[in-house]
Amino acid sequence: MAVKNKNVFDFSPALESAGHIQLKDQYELFINGKWTKPKSGKYFKTINPSNEKVIAQVAEASKTDVDAAVSAAEKAFNGWSSLSGKERGKYLFRLARLIQEKARELSVIETLDGGKPIRESRDIDIPLAAAHFFYHAGWADKLEYAFPNRKTEPLGVAGQIIPWNFPLLMAAWKLAPALACGNTVVLKPAETTPLTALKLAEIIEEAEFPPGVVNIVTGAGATGAAIVNHPKVNKIAFTGSTEVGKIIQRATANTDKKLTLELGGKAANIIFEDAAINQAVEGIINGIYFNQGHVCCAGSRLFVQESVHDEVIQKLKARIENLVVGDPMDKNTDIGAINSKSQLETINKYLKIGKEEGLEMFQSSCSVPSKGFWCKPTIFTGAAQSSRIVQDEIFGPVLAVQTFRTIGEVIQKANNTPYGLSAGVWTDKGSKIFNLTQQLRAGVIWANTFNKFDPTSPFGGYKESGFGREGGVHGLESYLKFND
Amino acid sequence: MARLEIKKTYKIYIGGKFPRTESGRFYNPKGIDVNVCKSSRKDFRNAVVVARAAQPAWAGRSAYNRAQILYRIAEIMEGRRAQFISELELQGSSKKQADEEVNATIDRWVYYAGWCDKYQQIFSSVNPVASNHFNFSVLEPMGVVAATAPEESSLLGISTIIATAIAGGNSLIAIASESKPLCSVTLAEVLNDSDVPGGVVNILTGNKDELLPHIVQHMDVNALVYCGSDKKVIIDLKEKSADNLKRIAHYSTDAILSDSGESPYFIKTLNEVKTTWHPIEKVGAVGSSY
Repeated sequence: MAVKNKNVFDFSPALESAGHIQLKDQYELFINGKWTKPKSGKYFKTINPSNEKVIAQVAEASKTDVDAAVSAAEKAFNGWSSLSGKERGKYLFRLARLIQEKARELSVIETLDGGKPIRESRDIDIPLAAAHFFYHAGWADKLEYAFPNRKTEPLGVAGQIIPWNFPLLMAAWKLAPALACGNTVVLKPAETTPLTALKLAEIIEEAEFPPGVVNIVTGAGATGAAIVNHPKVNKIAFTGSTEVGKIIQRATANTDKKLTLELGGKAANIIFEDAAINQAVEGIINGIYFNQGHVCCAGSRLFVQESVHDEVIQKLKARIENLVVGDPMDKNTDIGAINSKSQLETINKYLKIGKEEGLEMFQSSCSVPSKGFWCKPTIFTGAAQSSRIVQDEIFGPVLAVQTFRTIGEVIQKANNTPYGLSAGVWTDKGSKIFNLTQQLRAGVIWANTFNKFDPTSPFGGYKESGFGREGGVHGLESYLKFND
Repeated sequence: MARLEIKKTYKIYIGGKFPRTESGRFYNPKGIDVNVCKSSRKDFRNAVVVARAAQPAWAGRSAYNRAQILYRIAEIMEGRRAQFISELELQGSSKKQADEEVNATIDRWVYYAGWCDKYQQIFSSVNPVASNHFNFSVLEPMGVVAATAPEESSLLGISTIIATAIAGGNSLIAIASESKPLCSVTLAEVLNDSDVPGGVVNILTGNKDELLPHIVQHMDVNALVYCGSDKKVIIDLKEKSADNLKRIAHYSTDAILSDSGESPYFIKTLNEVKTTWHPIEKVGAVGSSY
């Protein structure tokens, strides 16, 4: 039940039901089109972070299992890559349609396994995942138009490692372009959120994909390392932390593996005095509290022009008081559960650091359920460039607020970070927007909006936020080699 | 009485100036009776500072202006053909080979001059997102690029790597061919006379093996281009560049020196894709009346 908030009209709980979903107690590895028990016989539990109840047991893939998955993908490659683009595309169209059909079930499972509000998995994650397959399906027979004057070829076996913040959506971001370009795949979902990827494997079976084209192996870091280090893997696509991304780059330096990395971020969200303040406040809220702040492109550094600082902060606090924090299955819920205990510990560590650094902390006065992992929406005001909470990616619902006077100052401050994934600008003046968007060193810039995604829109970072793009015509390059 | 010839002092090129290496060291390329600067880590670091400072203004020039400056480089080179040819001959080329290399180089500058105001149109996109947003992706220069020229070429190699980097709005520090460094210094003089702003191109001569470990670990370099096929070096660069995730591109010497060295994809490689979202107001939309 959503936690009652004394400042707003009392919403009655509007719980989404879980009655229609089909989940097994135990999931095996999806290798060569078959559900395969792990050689080690080891399983791990995946829990619902909003009540800590076990949902299912999931196989832990060892090096041997990864080996089998890579072999299956390697065997399937010739057949899949020599299919005509038209036929390949039809498989992906089929997949997109099946995801749309099962959207409700997938949304509920996403929310149960990951803790995100049902409103988000229903309206954003699952529809976008289907859209990604639909968009890329159409590329499969049109690749010669994507890169003028070049001949393209698929790479071979793609190893893909995805994070826990958008489990099914990240699987779609990775699988759709890889398959459209004619590669076969070994995909590893995150260990805290494996269930929608396993449901996707069932859908892939239902869509009658040739065996071995998509293999899904579950496990933690060791499983991922086995994929990264496998000699028969031709491409690694990783989304996760900058720290692990660097490890992967070093690990693959000695190979011809093509590498793309989507890593951390610390996005600046910049509010000018001439912005539509109420809209900007909504944008700040969406920028940092979307998906509990578990978003690599989250607007975690707020820059407010001094003249409107007090007004913005006052409105921001009022808005935070109105956010509904609690049961992710409640359709009223704005902020769900933190994905895992260890992530909650990381966030709490940063809350402590922020306080110790003398910053002023404000949190919603809401109460949170006693079971599960929760963090109230938080803002720190009076932060400086040197504050740890300004420098480090926290990956939680924590906003650091700084002020500025001039455009030059805010550009310098915004760019003064090793990251460069995204940024936001709020002003009513068009020419100012384009000045800012040109000067901010980041791969995605939102002007008078934030946290928008689309399969046609390339996503990816500058600097230590990684390299390569996902989505759009530019994203195809990550899964092709050029023979000319 | 015979006239005593005036010999040229070969110096490096940093920030639009021609200093000697701060280290005071020099070397003699094999078979050539010339002292050449053996640049140091400190020279490289100085070059990065001026390259960083010069880059935003260079990227901010209009594409048309950058194109004219690259074309100007070709014009000035044409006027100094004789000097380049005699240097190439001094470094072992036949008269015919030297003549061909100078022709190819001048034509290559013209080729990339023409791309400055076109590659953006080839590689940009307007993306038809499903929501009410105007969404577009453009290329933006990576920033400061460091590049090693192909060892086998004194002029065409370094010209190509400079042209591909600056046509796309980057600034760079180019490391000349170690065994054939003479033309690179003369090229710097051409650049300096062609309205290329100081600091946009910096050229160092010296020992590549000594400089590369410093280059790859420099935290304020955005991309590194290596021309050559030494596997060990490539692995080492990929591994060490992880410290700041600088982008690594490596090209075979042949890819740079042959006709395939002419391609806008070289420009694209040193650019990032930036995507911008902007809402479209649909309030009161009633549809087109014409």
